[in-house]
Amino acid sequence: MIRDITLGQYYPAKSIIHQLDPRVKLVTTMVYIVSLFVAKGILGYVLATFFLAMTVKLSKVPFRYITKGLKAIMMILLITVVFNLFLVDGDIVLWRFGFLRITDKGVKTAVFMAIRLIYLIIGSSIMTLTTTPNDLTDGLEKLLGPLKKIHVPVHEIAMMMSIALRFIPILLEETDKIMKAQIARGADFETGNLIQKARAMVPLLVPLFISAFRRANDLAMAMEARCYHGGDGRTKMKPLHYVSRDRMAYGLVWGYLLAMIGITWAERLYVTAFWPL
Amino acid sequence: MSIKIKDVNYTYAENTAYEIHALKDINLEIPDGQFVGLIGHTGSGKSTLVQHLNGLMKATSGRIYFNGRDIYGENFSMKELRSKVGLVFQYPEHQLFEIDVLSDVCFGPKNLGFSREEAEEKAKAALRMVGMGEEHDKSSPFELSGGQKRRVAIAGVLAMEPEMLILDEPTAGLDPKGRDEILDQIERLQKERGITVVLVSHSMEDVARYVDRIIVMNQGQVRFDGVPAEVFRHYKELEAIGLAAPQMTYVMQELKEKGADVDTDATTIEEAADAILHWLKKGQR
Repeated sequence: MIRDITLGQYYPAKSIIHQLDPRVKLVTTMVYIVSLFVAKGILGYVLATFFLAMTVKLSKVPFRYITKGLKAIMMILLITVVFNLFLVDGDIVLWRFGFLRITDKGVKTAVFMAIRLIYLIIGSSIMTLTTTPNDLTDGLEKLLGPLKKIHVPVHEIAMMMSIALRFIPILLEETDKIMKAQIARGADFETGNLIQKARAMVPLLVPLFISAFRRANDLAMAMEARCYHGGDGRTKMKPLHYVSRDRMAYGLVWGYLLAMIGITWAERLYVTAFWPL
Repeated sequence: MSIKIKDVNYTYAENTAYEIHALKDINLEIPDGQFVGLIGHTGSGKSTLVQHLNGLMKATSGRIYFNGRDIYGENFSMKELRSKVGLVFQYPEHQLFEIDVLSDVCFGPKNLGFSREEAEEKAKAALRMVGMGEEHDKSSPFELSGGQKRRVAIAGVLAMEPEMLILDEPTAGLDPKGRDEILDQIERLQKERGITVVLVSHSMEDVARYVDRIIVMNQGQVRFDGVPAEVFRHYKELEAIGLAAPQMTYVMQELKEKGADVDTDATTIEEAADAILHWLKKGQR
Protein backbone atom coordinates (compact mmCIF):
# COMPACT_ATOMS: atom_id res chain seq x y z
CA MET A 1 0.00 0.00 0.00
CA ILE A 2 2.71 2.48 0.94
CA ARG A 3 5.60 0.90 -0.87
CA ASP A 4 5.85 3.77 -3.33
CA ILE A 5 8.45 5.73 -1.39
CA THR A 6 11.78 4.78 -2.93
CA LEU A 7 13.95 7.29 -1.07
CA GLY A 8 16.16 5.29 1.26
CA GLN A 9 15.52 1.95 -0.37
CA TYR A 10 18.26 -0.10 -1.88
CA TYR A 11 17.84 -1.65 -5.30
CA PRO A 12 20.16 -4.64 -5.71
CA ALA A 13 21.95 -4.88 -9.04
CA LYS A 14 25.46 -5.36 -10.33
CA SER A 15 26.62 -2.14 -11.88
CA ILE A 16 29.66 0.11 -11.82
CA ILE A 17 27.67 2.66 -9.84
CA HIS A 18 26.78 0.05 -7.21
CA GLN A 19 30.43 -0.90 -6.86
CA LEU A 20 31.73 2.64 -6.36
CA ASP A 21 33.02 3.63 -2.95
CA PRO A 22 30.17 5.20 -0.96
CA ARG A 23 32.30 8.29 -0.33
CA VAL A 24 32.53 8.85 -4.07
CA LYS A 25 28.78 8.59 -4.38
CA LEU A 26 28.17 10.99 -1.50
CA VAL A 27 30.59 13.57 -2.89
CA THR A 28 29.17 13.14 -6.38
CA THR A 29 25.66 13.71 -5.16
CA MET A 30 26.74 16.85 -3.32
CA VAL A 31 28.62 18.14 -6.36
CA TYR A 32 25.65 17.34 -8.57
CA ILE A 33 23.30 19.29 -6.32
CA VAL A 34 25.71 22.24 -6.33
CA SER A 35 25.97 22.04 -10.12
CA LEU A 36 22.17 22.22 -10.41
CA PHE A 37 22.27 25.53 -8.58
CA VAL A 38 25.17 26.79 -10.66
CA ALA A 39 23.32 26.13 -13.92
CA LYS A 40 21.48 29.19 -15.16
CA GLY A 41 20.87 28.66 -18.85
CA ILE A 42 19.68 25.97 -21.21
CA LEU A 43 23.14 24.62 -22.01
CA GLY A 44 23.82 24.06 -18.30
CA TYR A 45 20.66 22.03 -17.96
CA VAL A 46 21.51 20.04 -21.07
CA LEU A 47 24.83 19.14 -19.46
CA ALA A 48 23.12 18.21 -16.17
CA THR A 49 20.60 16.07 -18.06
CA PHE A 50 23.38 14.31 -19.90
CA PHE A 51 25.29 13.60 -16.70
CA LEU A 52 22.16 12.32 -14.95
CA ALA A 53 21.10 10.17 -17.89
CA MET A 54 24.54 8.62 -18.03
CA THR A 55 24.48 7.78 -14.34
CA VAL A 56 20.98 6.31 -14.55
CA LYS A 57 22.02 4.19 -17.52
CA LEU A 58 25.15 2.96 -15.75
CA SER A 59 23.31 2.21 -12.50
CA LYS A 60 21.07 -0.42 -14.17
CA VAL A 61 18.18 0.63 -11.96
CA PRO A 62 14.93 0.64 -14.00
CA PHE A 63 13.92 4.23 -14.73
CA ARG A 64 10.32 3.56 -13.67
CA TYR A 65 11.66 2.59 -10.24
CA ILE A 66 13.55 5.86 -9.87
CA THR A 67 10.64 8.07 -10.86
CA LYS A 68 8.39 6.42 -8.30
CA GLY A 69 10.18 8.55 -5.69
CA LEU A 70 8.93 11.67 -7.47
CA LYS A 71 5.34 10.99 -6.48
CA ALA A 72 6.19 11.96 -2.91
CA ILE A 73 7.30 15.48 -3.94
CA MET A 74 4.49 16.05 -6.46
CA MET A 75 2.77 18.53 -4.13
CA ILE A 76 5.90 20.58 -3.45
CA LEU A 77 6.67 20.56 -7.14
CA LEU A 78 3.21 21.81 -8.01
CA ILE A 79 3.32 24.61 -5.44
CA THR A 80 6.78 25.71 -6.62
CA VAL A 81 5.69 25.80 -10.25
CA VAL A 82 2.46 27.69 -9.57
CA PHE A 83 4.11 30.30 -7.35
CA ASN A 84 6.96 30.92 -9.76
CA LEU A 85 4.61 31.02 -12.70
CA PHE A 86 2.37 33.72 -11.26
CA LEU A 87 4.64 35.68 -8.96
CA VAL A 88 7.87 36.17 -10.91
CA ASP A 89 7.88 39.56 -12.56
CA GLY A 90 9.08 39.77 -16.15
CA ASP A 91 9.11 42.12 -19.09
CA ILE A 92 6.78 40.41 -21.55
CA VAL A 93 3.33 39.62 -20.21
CA LEU A 94 2.00 36.48 -21.88
CA TRP A 95 -1.37 36.18 -20.17
CA ARG A 96 -3.38 38.29 -17.77
CA PHE A 97 -6.52 37.66 -15.74
CA GLY A 98 -7.35 40.14 -13.00
CA PHE A 99 -4.37 40.40 -10.72
CA LEU A 100 -2.90 37.14 -12.08
CA ARG A 101 -0.39 37.35 -14.85
CA ILE A 102 2.19 35.14 -16.47
CA THR A 103 5.39 36.62 -17.81
CA ASP A 104 8.16 35.20 -19.94
CA LYS A 105 10.53 35.22 -17.01
CA GLY A 106 7.93 33.51 -14.82
CA VAL A 107 7.57 30.65 -17.28
CA LYS A 108 11.33 30.31 -17.54
CA THR A 109 11.87 30.28 -13.77
CA ALA A 110 9.00 27.86 -13.20
CA VAL A 111 10.29 25.39 -15.77
CA PHE A 112 13.86 25.58 -14.51
CA MET A 113 12.76 25.26 -10.90
CA ALA A 114 10.71 22.16 -11.71
CA ILE A 115 13.60 20.58 -13.59
CA ARG A 116 15.98 21.45 -10.77
CA LEU A 117 13.75 19.83 -8.14
CA ILE A 118 13.13 16.71 -10.23
CA TYR A 119 16.84 16.27 -10.96
CA LEU A 120 17.65 16.82 -7.31
CA ILE A 121 15.35 14.02 -6.24
CA ILE A 122 16.41 11.68 -9.04
CA GLY A 123 20.08 12.37 -8.29
CA SER A 124 19.79 11.62 -4.60
CA SER A 125 17.49 8.65 -5.29
CA ILE A 126 20.20 7.09 -7.41
CA MET A 127 22.60 7.37 -4.52
CA THR A 128 20.27 5.67 -2.05
CA LEU A 129 19.10 3.11 -4.60
CA THR A 130 22.63 1.98 -5.43
CA THR A 131 24.15 2.13 -1.94
CA THR A 132 23.13 0.00 1.01
CA PRO A 133 22.32 2.03 4.12
CA ASN A 134 25.32 0.49 5.86
CA ASP A 135 27.73 1.54 3.12
CA LEU A 136 26.20 4.98 3.09
CA THR A 137 26.77 5.65 6.75
CA ASP A 138 30.22 4.08 6.62
CA GLY A 139 31.09 6.52 3.88
CA LEU A 140 29.61 9.40 5.78
CA GLU A 141 31.50 8.51 8.93
CA LYS A 142 34.76 8.36 7.04
CA LEU A 143 34.08 11.61 5.15
CA LEU A 144 33.19 13.49 8.31
CA GLY A 145 36.07 11.89 10.24
CA PRO A 146 38.14 15.11 10.47
CA LEU A 147 35.31 16.73 12.43
CA LYS A 148 36.11 14.43 15.35
CA LYS A 149 38.99 16.76 16.14
CA ILE A 150 36.52 19.47 17.10
CA HIS A 151 34.51 17.00 19.21
CA VAL A 152 31.68 16.36 16.78
CA PRO A 153 30.28 12.89 17.65
CA VAL A 154 30.69 11.64 14.09
CA HIS A 155 30.41 7.96 14.89
CA GLU A 156 27.27 8.43 16.95
CA ILE A 157 25.64 10.50 14.21
CA ALA A 158 26.54 7.88 11.62
CA MET A 159 25.20 5.09 13.84
CA MET A 160 21.96 6.97 14.42
CA MET A 161 21.57 7.53 10.70
CA SER A 162 22.22 3.93 9.82
CA ILE A 163 19.69 2.77 12.40
CA ALA A 164 17.12 5.28 11.18
CA LEU A 165 17.62 4.25 7.56
CA ARG A 166 17.52 0.57 8.45
CA PHE A 167 14.21 1.04 10.21
CA ILE A 168 12.41 2.80 7.36
CA PRO A 169 11.46 -0.40 5.51
CA ILE A 170 10.74 -2.21 8.78
CA LEU A 171 8.37 0.47 9.99
CA LEU A 172 6.75 0.69 6.56
CA GLU A 173 6.10 -3.01 6.63
CA GLU A 174 4.79 -2.75 10.17
CA THR A 175 2.46 0.08 9.17
CA ASP A 176 1.21 -2.00 6.28
CA LYS A 177 0.57 -4.94 8.60
CA ILE A 178 -1.25 -2.97 11.28
CA MET A 179 -3.27 -1.15 8.65
CA LYS A 180 -4.39 -4.46 7.19
CA ALA A 181 -5.20 -5.87 10.60
CA GLN A 182 -7.37 -2.86 11.43
CA ILE A 183 -9.03 -2.93 8.00
CA ALA A 184 -9.86 -6.57 8.72
CA ARG A 185 -11.63 -5.27 11.83
CA GLY A 186 -13.66 -2.88 9.72
CA ALA A 187 -11.49 0.24 10.06
CA ASP A 188 -11.82 2.77 7.27
CA PHE A 189 -8.80 4.91 6.41
CA GLU A 190 -10.06 6.33 3.15
CA THR A 191 -13.46 7.98 3.47
CA GLY A 192 -14.70 10.79 5.71
CA ASN A 193 -13.69 14.39 6.29
CA LEU A 194 -10.37 15.56 7.67
CA ILE A 195 -11.29 15.12 11.34
CA GLN A 196 -12.72 11.65 10.76
CA LYS A 197 -9.62 10.70 8.81
CA ALA A 198 -7.36 11.97 11.58
CA ARG A 199 -9.34 10.04 14.15
CA ALA A 200 -9.12 6.92 12.00
CA MET A 201 -5.33 7.14 12.32
CA VAL A 202 -5.38 6.46 16.07
CA PRO A 203 -5.77 2.67 15.71
CA LEU A 204 -2.81 2.77 13.36
CA LEU A 205 -0.51 5.19 15.18
CA VAL A 206 -0.82 3.84 18.71
CA PRO A 207 0.28 0.29 17.82
CA LEU A 208 2.96 1.71 15.51
CA PHE A 209 4.48 3.83 18.28
CA ILE A 210 4.38 0.94 20.71
CA SER A 211 6.09 -1.28 18.20
CA ALA A 212 8.73 1.36 17.46
CA PHE A 213 9.53 1.66 21.16
CA ARG A 214 9.63 -2.10 21.57
CA ARG A 215 12.00 -2.43 18.63
CA ALA A 216 14.22 0.37 19.94
CA ASN A 217 14.35 -1.34 23.29
CA ASP A 218 15.24 -4.71 21.76
CA LEU A 219 17.90 -3.14 19.59
CA ALA A 220 19.49 -1.31 22.51
CA MET A 221 19.56 -4.57 24.45
CA ALA A 222 21.11 -6.45 21.53
CA MET A 223 23.77 -3.75 21.10
CA GLU A 224 24.66 -3.81 24.77
CA ALA A 225 24.80 -7.58 24.77
CA ARG A 226 27.51 -7.26 22.12
CA CYS A 227 29.43 -4.77 24.24
CA TYR A 228 28.76 -1.77 22.04
CA HIS A 229 30.12 1.35 23.68
CA GLY A 230 30.46 3.93 20.93
CA GLY A 231 33.06 4.48 18.26
CA ASP A 232 36.34 4.62 20.20
CA GLY A 233 38.71 1.87 19.16
CA ARG A 234 36.13 0.23 16.93
CA THR A 235 37.56 -1.40 13.82
CA LYS A 236 35.78 -2.27 10.61
CA MET A 237 35.43 -5.67 9.01
CA LYS A 238 35.52 -4.09 5.58
CA PRO A 239 37.44 -0.80 5.72
CA LEU A 240 36.85 1.55 2.81
CA HIS A 241 39.63 1.80 0.22
CA TYR A 242 39.68 3.81 -2.95
CA VAL A 243 40.44 1.83 -6.11
CA SER A 244 41.15 3.11 -9.63
CA ARG A 245 37.48 3.32 -10.67
CA ASP A 246 36.81 5.57 -7.68
CA ARG A 247 39.62 7.90 -8.68
CA MET A 248 38.28 7.93 -12.22
CA ALA A 249 34.81 8.78 -10.97
CA TYR A 250 36.21 11.66 -8.91
CA GLY A 251 37.96 12.98 -12.00
CA LEU A 252 34.76 12.80 -14.01
CA VAL A 253 32.72 14.52 -11.34
CA TRP A 254 35.07 17.43 -10.78
CA GLY A 255 35.48 17.73 -14.55
CA TYR A 256 31.71 17.90 -14.83
CA LEU A 257 31.47 20.67 -12.25
CA LEU A 258 34.18 22.68 -13.99
CA ALA A 259 32.41 22.22 -17.32
CA MET A 260 29.15 23.36 -15.73
CA ILE A 261 30.76 26.50 -14.33
CA GLY A 262 32.44 27.18 -17.67
CA ILE A 263 29.26 26.70 -19.67
CA THR A 264 27.20 28.87 -17.37
CA TRP A 265 29.80 31.61 -17.48
CA ALA A 266 30.08 31.46 -21.26
CA GLU A 267 26.31 31.49 -21.62
CA ARG A 268 25.98 34.55 -19.43
CA LEU A 269 28.67 36.37 -21.40
CA TYR A 270 26.92 35.46 -24.63
CA VAL A 271 23.52 36.56 -23.40
CA THR A 272 24.71 39.89 -22.04
CA ALA A 273 26.70 40.56 -25.19
CA PHE A 274 24.19 39.69 -27.87
CA TRP A 275 20.80 39.55 -26.28
CA PRO A 276 20.71 42.21 -23.58
CA LEU A 277 17.19 41.92 -22.21
CA MET B 1 -20.33 -19.62 3.86
CA SER B 2 -18.49 -21.38 1.11
CA ILE B 3 -15.47 -19.83 -0.51
CA LYS B 4 -14.24 -20.87 -3.90
CA ILE B 5 -10.83 -19.88 -5.18
CA LYS B 6 -10.31 -20.23 -8.89
CA ASP B 7 -6.95 -20.02 -10.71
CA VAL B 8 -5.62 -17.40 -8.31
CA ASN B 9 -2.13 -16.02 -8.92
CA TYR B 10 -0.36 -13.36 -6.94
CA THR B 11 2.96 -11.67 -7.65
CA TYR B 12 4.67 -9.32 -5.22
CA ALA B 13 6.41 -6.23 -6.65
CA GLU B 14 5.74 -7.18 -10.23
CA ASN B 15 8.41 -6.21 -12.78
CA THR B 16 11.05 -5.23 -10.22
CA ALA B 17 14.11 -6.94 -8.81
CA TYR B 18 12.06 -7.98 -5.79
CA GLU B 19 9.46 -9.85 -7.82
CA ILE B 20 8.12 -12.95 -6.07
CA HIS B 21 5.50 -15.23 -7.52
CA ALA B 22 3.79 -15.97 -4.20
CA LEU B 23 0.71 -17.85 -5.38
CA LYS B 24 0.59 -20.09 -8.43
CA ASP B 25 -2.75 -21.22 -9.89
CA ILE B 26 -4.51 -21.90 -6.61
CA ASN B 27 -7.81 -23.75 -6.87
CA LEU B 28 -9.63 -24.51 -3.63
CA GLU B 29 -13.10 -24.77 -2.24
CA ILE B 30 -13.84 -24.39 1.43
CA PRO B 31 -17.38 -25.48 2.30
CA ASP B 32 -19.53 -24.37 5.20
CA GLY B 33 -18.58 -25.37 8.73
CA GLN B 34 -15.29 -27.06 7.92
CA PHE B 35 -12.27 -26.90 10.21
CA VAL B 36 -9.34 -26.52 7.85
CA GLY B 37 -5.63 -26.54 8.60
CA LEU B 38 -3.48 -24.60 6.14
CA ILE B 39 0.10 -25.73 6.47
CA GLY B 40 3.34 -24.71 4.89
CA HIS B 41 6.70 -23.50 6.04
CA THR B 42 7.80 -19.86 6.02
CA GLY B 43 7.40 -18.28 2.61
CA SER B 44 5.12 -20.95 1.20
CA GLY B 45 2.39 -18.41 0.48
CA LYS B 46 -0.09 -19.40 3.17
CA SER B 47 -0.33 -15.94 4.74
CA THR B 48 -0.67 -14.39 1.30
CA LEU B 49 -3.47 -16.80 0.45
CA VAL B 50 -5.54 -16.06 3.56
CA GLN B 51 -5.27 -12.33 2.96
CA HIS B 52 -6.99 -12.91 -0.36
CA LEU B 53 -9.94 -14.54 1.37
CA ASN B 54 -11.16 -11.30 2.90
CA GLY B 55 -10.07 -9.03 0.10
CA LEU B 56 -7.06 -7.41 1.79
CA MET B 57 -4.94 -8.46 -1.16
CA LYS B 58 -6.16 -8.54 -4.71
CA ALA B 59 -5.15 -11.46 -6.89
CA THR B 60 -2.97 -10.62 -9.87
CA SER B 61 -5.19 -12.99 -11.84
CA GLY B 62 -8.01 -15.39 -11.05
CA ARG B 63 -11.33 -15.17 -9.25
CA ILE B 64 -12.61 -15.71 -5.73
CA TYR B 65 -16.27 -16.52 -5.12
CA PHE B 66 -17.90 -15.94 -1.77
CA ASN B 67 -21.23 -17.79 -1.61
CA GLY B 68 -21.19 -17.88 -5.38
CA ARG B 69 -20.57 -14.14 -5.77
CA ASP B 70 -17.41 -12.83 -7.37
CA ILE B 71 -15.65 -10.69 -4.77
CA TYR B 72 -13.92 -8.69 -7.50
CA GLY B 73 -17.31 -8.02 -9.11
CA GLU B 74 -18.64 -4.48 -9.38
CA ASN B 75 -21.41 -4.55 -6.80
CA PHE B 76 -19.55 -6.51 -4.18
CA SER B 77 -19.00 -4.78 -0.87
CA MET B 78 -15.57 -5.53 0.60
CA LYS B 79 -16.70 -4.17 3.94
CA GLU B 80 -19.46 -6.77 4.09
CA LEU B 81 -16.99 -9.50 3.14
CA ARG B 82 -14.65 -8.42 5.92
CA SER B 83 -17.45 -8.57 8.45
CA LYS B 84 -18.25 -12.14 7.38
CA VAL B 85 -14.69 -13.38 7.05
CA GLY B 86 -12.74 -12.55 10.20
CA LEU B 87 -8.99 -12.61 9.86
CA VAL B 88 -6.71 -12.79 12.90
CA PHE B 89 -3.17 -11.85 11.88
CA GLN B 90 0.08 -13.22 13.21
CA TYR B 91 0.92 -11.65 16.57
CA PRO B 92 -2.50 -9.98 16.70
CA GLU B 93 -1.68 -8.45 20.08
CA HIS B 94 0.45 -5.88 18.21
CA GLN B 95 -2.68 -4.17 16.95
CA LEU B 96 -4.22 -3.40 20.35
CA PHE B 97 -4.56 0.34 20.86
CA GLU B 98 -7.47 1.27 23.14
CA ILE B 99 -7.32 2.35 26.76
CA ASP B 100 -9.11 -0.72 28.05
CA VAL B 101 -9.77 -4.25 26.91
CA LEU B 102 -13.50 -3.82 26.38
CA SER B 103 -13.14 -0.72 24.18
CA ASP B 104 -10.55 -2.45 22.06
CA VAL B 105 -12.80 -5.42 21.40
CA CYS B 106 -15.65 -2.99 20.63
CA PHE B 107 -13.65 -1.46 17.76
CA GLY B 108 -14.75 -4.09 15.22
CA PRO B 109 -18.50 -4.14 15.95
CA LYS B 110 -18.56 -0.34 16.15
CA ASN B 111 -16.99 -0.12 12.72
CA LEU B 112 -19.78 -2.34 11.46
CA GLY B 113 -22.26 0.29 12.62
CA PHE B 114 -23.48 -1.15 15.92
CA SER B 115 -24.30 1.20 18.77
CA ARG B 116 -22.05 1.42 21.82
CA GLU B 117 -24.39 -0.83 23.85
CA GLU B 118 -24.74 -3.48 21.16
CA ALA B 119 -21.01 -3.41 20.54
CA GLU B 120 -20.26 -3.85 24.24
CA GLU B 121 -22.66 -6.76 24.42
CA LYS B 122 -20.93 -8.48 21.52
CA ALA B 123 -17.51 -7.62 22.91
CA LYS B 124 -18.33 -9.12 26.30
CA ALA B 125 -19.66 -12.28 24.69
CA ALA B 126 -16.49 -12.57 22.60
CA LEU B 127 -14.24 -12.00 25.61
CA ARG B 128 -15.99 -14.73 27.62
CA MET B 129 -15.72 -17.03 24.63
CA VAL B 130 -11.93 -16.76 24.64
CA GLY B 131 -11.85 -17.22 28.41
CA MET B 132 -11.22 -13.63 29.51
CA GLY B 133 -13.12 -12.93 32.71
CA GLU B 134 -15.05 -9.77 33.53
CA GLU B 135 -12.30 -8.60 35.89
CA HIS B 136 -10.12 -7.77 32.87
CA ASP B 137 -12.71 -5.71 30.97
CA LYS B 138 -11.49 -2.40 32.34
CA SER B 139 -7.76 -3.08 32.50
CA SER B 140 -5.36 -1.70 29.94
CA PRO B 141 -4.57 -4.20 27.19
CA PHE B 142 -0.89 -3.40 27.66
CA GLU B 143 -0.86 -4.69 31.24
CA LEU B 144 -1.93 -8.19 30.28
CA SER B 145 0.33 -11.20 29.76
CA GLY B 146 1.25 -12.30 26.25
CA GLY B 147 -1.31 -15.08 26.13
CA GLN B 148 -4.04 -12.82 27.47
CA LYS B 149 -3.24 -10.11 24.95
CA ARG B 150 -3.46 -12.68 22.18
CA ARG B 151 -6.88 -13.76 23.41
CA VAL B 152 -8.15 -10.19 23.61
CA ALA B 153 -6.97 -9.63 20.05
CA ILE B 154 -8.75 -12.78 18.86
CA ALA B 155 -11.88 -11.62 20.70
CA GLY B 156 -11.57 -8.36 18.77
CA VAL B 157 -12.24 -10.27 15.57
CA LEU B 158 -14.77 -12.65 17.12
CA ALA B 159 -16.88 -9.74 18.34
CA MET B 160 -17.68 -8.98 14.71
CA GLU B 161 -19.43 -12.37 14.68
CA PRO B 162 -17.84 -13.60 11.47
CA GLU B 163 -19.19 -16.65 9.71
CA MET B 164 -15.71 -17.70 8.76
CA LEU B 165 -12.70 -17.29 11.02
CA ILE B 166 -9.14 -17.37 9.72
CA LEU B 167 -6.29 -17.48 12.22
CA ASP B 168 -2.74 -16.93 11.00
CA GLU B 169 -0.38 -18.78 13.34
CA PRO B 170 -2.49 -18.10 16.42
CA THR B 171 -0.08 -19.96 18.69
CA ALA B 172 3.22 -18.44 17.55
CA GLY B 173 5.37 -17.49 20.51
CA LEU B 174 3.07 -18.96 23.14
CA ASP B 175 4.06 -21.56 25.74
CA PRO B 176 2.56 -25.08 25.42
CA LYS B 177 -0.16 -24.34 27.95
CA GLY B 178 -1.21 -21.12 26.24
CA ARG B 179 -1.10 -22.87 22.89
CA ASP B 180 -3.39 -25.72 24.00
CA GLU B 181 -5.80 -23.33 25.64
CA ILE B 182 -6.18 -21.21 22.54
CA LEU B 183 -6.53 -24.17 20.21
CA ASP B 184 -9.08 -25.82 22.53
CA GLN B 185 -11.10 -22.63 22.65
CA ILE B 186 -11.05 -22.33 18.87
CA GLU B 187 -12.22 -25.92 18.56
CA ARG B 188 -15.07 -25.34 21.02
CA LEU B 189 -16.08 -22.23 19.15
CA GLN B 190 -16.12 -24.10 15.87
CA LYS B 191 -18.29 -26.87 17.34
CA GLU B 192 -20.69 -24.57 19.20
CA ARG B 193 -21.18 -21.93 16.56
CA GLY B 194 -20.69 -24.11 13.52
CA ILE B 195 -18.51 -21.49 11.84
CA THR B 196 -15.88 -22.28 9.26
CA VAL B 197 -12.37 -22.06 10.69
CA VAL B 198 -9.11 -21.89 8.77
CA LEU B 199 -6.08 -22.44 10.96
CA VAL B 200 -2.77 -21.41 9.43
CA SER B 201 0.25 -23.09 10.93
CA HIS B 202 3.59 -24.65 10.16
CA SER B 203 3.21 -27.31 12.81
CA MET B 204 1.42 -30.52 11.88
CA GLU B 205 1.38 -31.57 15.50
CA ASP B 206 -0.78 -28.61 16.51
CA VAL B 207 -3.19 -28.97 13.71
CA ALA B 208 -3.57 -32.76 13.41
CA ARG B 209 -5.65 -33.03 16.54
CA TYR B 210 -8.27 -30.48 15.58
CA VAL B 211 -8.92 -30.20 11.88
CA ASP B 212 -11.13 -32.08 9.40
CA ARG B 213 -8.94 -31.27 6.45
CA ILE B 214 -5.36 -30.28 5.81
CA ILE B 215 -4.13 -28.20 2.90
CA VAL B 216 -0.36 -28.27 2.47
CA MET B 217 1.28 -25.43 0.59
CA ASN B 218 4.76 -25.29 -0.83
CA GLN B 219 6.32 -22.56 -2.96
CA GLY B 220 2.98 -20.96 -3.70
CA GLN B 221 1.25 -24.15 -4.76
CA VAL B 222 -1.13 -26.57 -3.09
CA ARG B 223 0.79 -29.82 -2.63
CA PHE B 224 -1.66 -31.94 -0.66
CA ASP B 225 -5.29 -31.51 0.23
CA GLY B 226 -7.25 -34.05 2.20
CA VAL B 227 -8.18 -35.48 5.59
CA PRO B 228 -5.23 -35.52 8.02
CA ALA B 229 -4.58 -39.27 7.90
CA GLU B 230 -4.47 -39.17 4.12
CA VAL B 231 -2.05 -36.25 4.05
CA PHE B 232 0.23 -37.82 6.67
CA ARG B 233 0.62 -40.92 4.53
CA HIS B 234 2.87 -38.69 2.41
CA TYR B 235 5.16 -38.12 5.36
CA LYS B 236 8.27 -38.61 3.25
CA GLU B 237 7.22 -35.95 0.75
CA LEU B 238 6.25 -33.67 3.62
CA GLU B 239 9.75 -33.98 4.99
CA ALA B 240 11.20 -33.13 1.62
CA ILE B 241 9.43 -29.76 1.68
CA GLY B 242 10.58 -28.95 5.20
CA LEU B 243 7.54 -30.13 7.13
CA ALA B 244 7.06 -33.11 9.38
CA ALA B 245 4.19 -35.44 10.09
CA PRO B 246 3.12 -35.84 13.74
CA GLN B 247 5.49 -37.96 15.81
CA MET B 248 2.95 -40.74 16.10
CA THR B 249 2.94 -41.21 12.34
CA TYR B 250 6.65 -42.01 12.55
CA VAL B 251 6.18 -44.41 15.46
CA MET B 252 3.44 -46.27 13.64
CA GLN B 253 5.37 -46.38 10.37
CA GLU B 254 8.41 -47.85 12.16
CA LEU B 255 6.27 -50.43 13.92
CA LYS B 256 4.85 -51.42 10.58
CA GLU B 257 8.32 -51.73 9.10
CA LYS B 258 9.30 -53.99 11.99
CA GLY B 259 6.44 -56.29 11.03
CA ALA B 260 3.65 -55.14 13.33
CA ASP B 261 0.37 -54.88 11.44
CA VAL B 262 -0.84 -51.61 13.02
CA ASP B 263 -3.06 -48.90 11.58
CA THR B 264 -0.57 -46.25 10.42
CA ASP B 265 -3.25 -43.56 10.17
CA ALA B 266 -3.16 -42.96 13.92
CA THR B 267 -1.89 -39.43 14.54
CA THR B 268 -2.53 -38.65 18.21
CA ILE B 269 -1.18 -40.56 21.19
CA GLU B 270 -4.66 -41.85 22.06
CA GLU B 271 -5.30 -43.13 18.57
CA ALA B 272 -1.87 -44.73 18.47
CA ALA B 273 -2.45 -46.45 21.81
CA ASP B 274 -5.77 -47.80 20.55
CA ALA B 275 -4.21 -49.02 17.33
CA ILE B 276 -1.40 -50.82 19.14
CA LEU B 277 -3.80 -52.41 21.65
CA HIS B 278 -6.00 -53.49 18.78
CA TRP B 279 -3.03 -55.13 17.06
CA LEU B 280 -1.91 -56.86 20.30
CA LYS B 281 -5.39 -58.27 20.90
CA LYS B 282 -5.56 -59.49 17.34
CA GLY B 283 -2.25 -61.26 17.86
CA GLN B 284 -3.53 -63.12 20.93
CA ARG B 285 -6.47 -64.53 19.10
